Amino acid sequence: MLAKRWQPFAEMTREIDRLQAEMGALFHGQGAATTRPRGRGSFPALNVWDDENALFVEGELPGLELADIEIHVTRDNQLSIRGTRKAPDVEEGAWYRRERGFGEFARVVSLPYDVDPDAVSAELKLGILQIVLPKRAEIRPRRIEVKAG
Amino acid sequence: MISQSETGNRTRSAKRSGEIDESGKAARSSTPTMYAPRFDIAETSSEFTMFGDLPGVAPDQLEIHVDQRELTIVGKVAPREHSERFLYSEYGIGDFRRSFTLDEIIDGQAIKAELANGVLVLHLPKIPEVKPRRIEVKAG
Repeated sequence: MLAKRWQPFAEMTREIDRLQAEMGALFHGQGAATTRPRGRGSFPALNVWDDENALFVEGELPGLELADIEIHVTRDNQLSIRGTRKAPDVEEGAWYRRERGFGEFARVVSLPYDVDPDAVSAELKLGILQIVLPKRAEIRPRRIEVKAG
Repeated sequence: MISQSETGNRTRSAKRSGEIDESGKAARSSTPTMYAPRFDIAETSSEFTMFGDLPGVAPDQLEIHVDQRELTIVGKVAPREHSERFLYSEYGIGDFRRSFTLDEIIDGQAIKAELANGVLVLHLPKIPEVKPRRIEVKAG
């Protein structure tokens, strides 16, 4: 899953899929929203980066609490993020426009190298989830001391 | 009742292709990217309620204006501290902006807003005269 570099055509394919899903939703009469939620496999959208010591995964989960999200890292380096985004309660009346998506979501990401599953931490601020996955000590770069001969 | 007055804004789902140059560095320092936040709008007998996703926007970084009948929502997102080189990138980071044209039946002076966990809730009360009234029918 983790691409080593940005793949412009992969993104284009995703966009075409999204448009087709929207068209399908329109023709099936499920409302006229122009920005339907994408398939459950792609929510939340994720950005992944790293530094010398850790891998960072960030996703946008507005309206959720950390207690609504389950995060697991398996021994074979799979990160899984799952949870449920609940729709707001509106007691009476009707929806006039619906662009936001709700319901269960699940994402599994293959990590590019070994992380320490016991040291993974996560925080959720202003609707943005950030997961820090420290690299295993063996794969962190080490500075090798060079002694003068 | 509430119509979107600006079209052509990109939604958050699709990252702008021009945002990352070939070296993988974000180019948004020179041309800031604006995203149109997604909104749900509900109508009840007394008000319109708008729910908008504005992840990363702190309450003091949110500006809401009503000018004539135009409601504008601008949310600023703090730049990330990390290096901008992504191993994998599915969404772009930028500020949010969206405008809506309000119908005459909305009391523009009485709009209330709450922002929590990246979700904006706007309450737009209707002017009392247009609330539905039950008309008593007397027996003749």
